[in-house]
Amino acid sequence: MKRFIGFLKKEFYHIFRDRRTLIILFGMPVAQVLLFGFVITNEIKNVKIAILDHSKDEITKQITNKILASEYFILDKNLSSDNEIESIFKAGNVKEILIFENNFAKKLEKYGKANIQIITDATDPNTANLIVSYTSAIILNYSNRLNVQSNVPMQIQTKTRMFYNPELKSVFMFVPGIMAMILMLISAIMTSISITREKEMGTMEILLVSPLKPAQIIIGKVMPYVILSFINAVTIIVLGMYVFGMPVQGSIPLLLAENVLFILLALSLGILISTTTDNQQAAMMKSMFGLLLPTILLSGFIYPIENMPIALQIVANLMPPRWFIIIIKDIMLKGTSFAFVWKETLILVAFTLFFLIISIKKFQIRLE
Amino acid sequence: MVKKEKVIQVKNLVKKFGDFVANDHLTFDVYKGEIFGFLGANGAGKTTAIRILCGLSIPTSGDISVAGFDAYTQTENIKKNIGYMSQKFSLYEDLTITENIKFYAGIYGLSDKEIKQKSDKLIQKFNLSDKKNKLIKSLPLGWKQKLAFSIAIIHNPKIVFLDEPTGGVDPITRRQFWDLIYEAADAGITVFVTTHYMDEAEYCNRLSIMVDGKIEALDTPENLIKQYKVDNMDQVFLKLARKTNA
Repeated sequence: MKRFIGFLKKEFYHIFRDRRTLIILFGMPVAQVLLFGFVITNEIKNVKIAILDHSKDEITKQITNKILASEYFILDKNLSSDNEIESIFKAGNVKEILIFENNFAKKLEKYGKANIQIITDATDPNTANLIVSYTSAIILNYSNRLNVQSNVPMQIQTKTRMFYNPELKSVFMFVPGIMAMILMLISAIMTSISITREKEMGTMEILLVSPLKPAQIIIGKVMPYVILSFINAVTIIVLGMYVFGMPVQGSIPLLLAENVLFILLALSLGILISTTTDNQQAAMMKSMFGLLLPTILLSGFIYPIENMPIALQIVANLMPPRWFIIIIKDIMLKGTSFAFVWKETLILVAFTLFFLIISIKKFQIRLE
Repeated sequence: MVKKEKVIQVKNLVKKFGDFVANDHLTFDVYKGEIFGFLGANGAGKTTAIRILCGLSIPTSGDISVAGFDAYTQTENIKKNIGYMSQKFSLYEDLTITENIKFYAGIYGLSDKEIKQKSDKLIQKFNLSDKKNKLIKSLPLGWKQKLAFSIAIIHNPKIVFLDEPTGGVDPITRRQFWDLIYEAADAGITVFVTTHYMDEAEYCNRLSIMVDGKIEALDTPENLIKQYKVDNMDQVFLKLARKTNA
């Protein structure tokens, strides 16, 4: 045990003395999350909208004022006919158009029901989704207050149309996606590099000849990254909550446990990569092309898997981050319990075991 | 030199990789406190044999005992009783001298007190007290090499294996390095060394020369030179290598 602690100490010296490693470890996650967070929070402020009011009565005016008073939206133009919708979107400044149907107040009074159509420019789906949810919330809030005043239940219905991208994906895709990406990057790339560095320097031979067991060496190399990656995961969750307003509906212990599982998976991949290469450069390239790109492109992080050709969908199913993202989304957004994510969890466990078994096999062949 | 106690006993060692025979019935003994040169061209099977003697690889057949332990079943015990230094430099560049000493002494299970004593002694011996908290990468190569050797024997192993330890080092440092080797041998540590420098080979007490997986010659350098009727080890080596190539 004392030997093992000495080993861990040495690993931490390596990490804390290498400025590049430190930047990748701690600078990158924070920078990435803040970057995404900053871009998104910026866009939901001062969004330019247009209003097409077919009714022009007391209630539509009140709703309009309420929306414009929210500081999320700025009125760009009052439209007078449906024909202008297409052209104003094409001009590119306006992100959302609100259309009140005619005789809005009368219909509301008479039938207890009136319609507002919300049309958004969904070329940027995440922003579009945010805008719609903000607008709907304001309108809902208004209609609730209206109901308190009168005894007849009144309903203002919003009808949403996403222009240019009907299959909108949630904005909250980003946090789970970044989490998957960063944990994968740090755990896999850093471990594979740190193990191959020992090989390159010739120190691995010395370690193998020493009384330390191969398992102790591997665990010793990997353990610091488990700890550091875990700190990163927590950092991302906290930043996500405060920068993105990302909810954590489900159980936090479950969320953290799934993170640890994913970290272990990424580490086992890192070990596997290091058994196939002898130098840091190759390990880096393998991790980059083998892990980073698929994590970004095929995990559903940015591009929806449902829209991919069947062949790519099958490949995507073989990408561990894909399942991790589903789990994280379910726990954070839907608040689901373990009963609903056990299948995905099992897949992750299976991946981890698979990678570990291959690594051990390869490691033994090398020892021969 | 005491020629009684055998620390390495190898009898008919065979190691096969599939059909390829890397070590073909090697038989030799190494005595306590001896400097034993293990020579051979690249690919002759030296590294394979060393890996077996270090407990990293299991032989296909033969009776092998290292430091009194069996090479099939007691590799853990073997590892505790040997030191190793390879041609690649093997201290951690981003650790200080003291940290390197502590780390290597630590993985061999030395107590804190022993580590402190040994490291003080070592630093004093090399006059490094003003540099002891400097990173290894700030030292010249010759110093690193000497330190690496001293650290490889810090746990007082019975045998130290040196795999081309002086590669890329200038002649003066090489000479100093050999002084350290003699010192270790005088202290009773058996030295098992491979090298490509034939002048170094002549520093050894006894030599074995491997060609194509077999030991072709084994004797003192003087006897080998006499036996092959040549002037120096260089010519012995060439003669042996040429014989099989022809």
